[in-house]
Amino acid sequence: MIVAERKPFDEIRSMVSNYKKVLTVGCGTCVAVCLAGGSKEVETLNAELNLAFKKDGIEFGAETLQRQCDMEFLAELDNKVDQYDCLLSMACGAGIQFLAERFPNKPVFPAVNTSFIGVNLDVGWYEEKCRACGQCVLAMTGGVCPVTMCAKSLFNGPCGGTNKTSCEIHTDQPCAWFKIYERLSGQGRLDQIMKISPPNDWSNQKPRKVIQPGYEERVKAMNS
Amino acid sequence: MKAGSKLERVLKAGHFAFTGEVGPPRGANVNSIREKLKHLKGNVDMVNVTDNQTAMVRMSSWAASIICIQEGVEPNFQMVCRDRNRIAMQADILGAYAHGIRNMLCLSGDHQMFGDHPQSKGVFDLDSMQLIMMVKKMRDEGKFLSGADIDVKPEIFIGAAANPFAEPFEWRVHRLAKKVAAGADFIQTQCVYNMPKIREWIRQANDMGLTEKVYILPGVTPMKSIGMAKYMQSKVPGMDVPDEIIKRLQGVDKKKVADEGIKIACEQIAEFKETKGIAGVHLMPIEWEHMVPEIAERAGVLPRPEV
Repeated sequence: MIVAERKPFDEIRSMVSNYKKVLTVGCGTCVAVCLAGGSKEVETLNAELNLAFKKDGIEFGAETLQRQCDMEFLAELDNKVDQYDCLLSMACGAGIQFLAERFPNKPVFPAVNTSFIGVNLDVGWYEEKCRACGQCVLAMTGGVCPVTMCAKSLFNGPCGGTNKTSCEIHTDQPCAWFKIYERLSGQGRLDQIMKISPPNDWSNQKPRKVIQPGYEERVKAMNS
Repeated sequence: MKAGSKLERVLKAGHFAFTGEVGPPRGANVNSIREKLKHLKGNVDMVNVTDNQTAMVRMSSWAASIICIQEGVEPNFQMVCRDRNRIAMQADILGAYAHGIRNMLCLSGDHQMFGDHPQSKGVFDLDSMQLIMMVKKMRDEGKFLSGADIDVKPEIFIGAAANPFAEPFEWRVHRLAKKVAAGADFIQTQCVYNMPKIREWIRQANDMGLTEKVYILPGVTPMKSIGMAKYMQSKVPGMDVPDEIIKRLQGVDKKKVADEGIKIACEQIAEFKETKGIAGVHLMPIEWEHMVPEIAERAGVLPRPEV
């Protein structure tokens, strides 16, 4: 899932302080699971904002959509946003942008910082696992991502900074390449990393689109 | 000859190489680097010029390398993957070669969080292995990484680093093999203090036939103080300082600790001279350049060969 963290309250407060009616929009998918921007977090944030702006008379409305990354759900707000001066989104960066695209005349502000694609280690505890680089090498690396888990994103590690079994950046951070070695060694598959991995294709730095097989014609028709 | 650098000529002639190191200044202080070089000139075959080491901003390594050439000291231009993408790397390699630089050391680089700009974006477009491959391709095929032709190709003697002490130890010789396959001509290692471990690593490299394909220069850094030894043991990632080294330094009179450190270094160098598969030593006297003449003298590596 996409993991996010709520922004510091003062930052949120300063974004909305010049408006009279603010709609806080939650998202019921990833950010709800990671306790950053679901309906419960919308409620909590609005309670804090109401308290902070009591004297200023700012009104805060609340709506939580199933997904802000889908126009179908954003359409549910079509009849509501006119009553507000600005929108405060608690979705991930994708959802916030899609909300802004749906309502281009309304200022849209982010109430969370989108952190990473990660996993649930425990309630309230998440770890990054994927950088969405678009060139998955997990087959070669025994299911441990060198792009995400190695602080230098090395494709031919481990570097000389391996500190026993941890990364040079911190003793709490395991060395990805140590883990890759252990995993492949245990599976008798070290041959996977005996070969040199060639330079990676980082052309993921331009905005990307995915059209699944079978949907090309439909997309073409929509664009024409 | 691949590049014809002095280092390559020394090694090819079968001499025991002795290389040094100089850190560029934290500013445009040309005199400070010239001052350091005075102690190195004639006492080493070439000097490594570090590239923003520990991720602290310094004068660029290629620029400081040119100052070395002006001072009559052959540079080994260090390049890390942290600060440049493949475009800037290739451009700097061409520029360095155009200015007479003939040796390069290809490194990953310390993580940016250690330096004075921890908020910076680490590049790591290539890793050190891929950098070695790229320099070899530029030199041997006359081609950029993209495959396009280079009109005058940079003839560079390609260096790489190895840390025989970092875990997993069993993998280290295989990583060395990868660097050799990528195109490394010479290897300089992390500072050696654990002699049994380096002996084992060299034995493995000999067994795999790697030492016939690459010149290996173990790194030697004399301990200046007990504090330095303890710091390196506990604080420097990937450094392996056995307790015996610290005990030995503690066992001498306070005023003799630095001298004992040099003694240990000289004993290491004496052993390396006799070790099959070792082609020289890389001396890294951290901010102790003025001691290089004495260390070189006591290690019996003078005079340096004229090749």
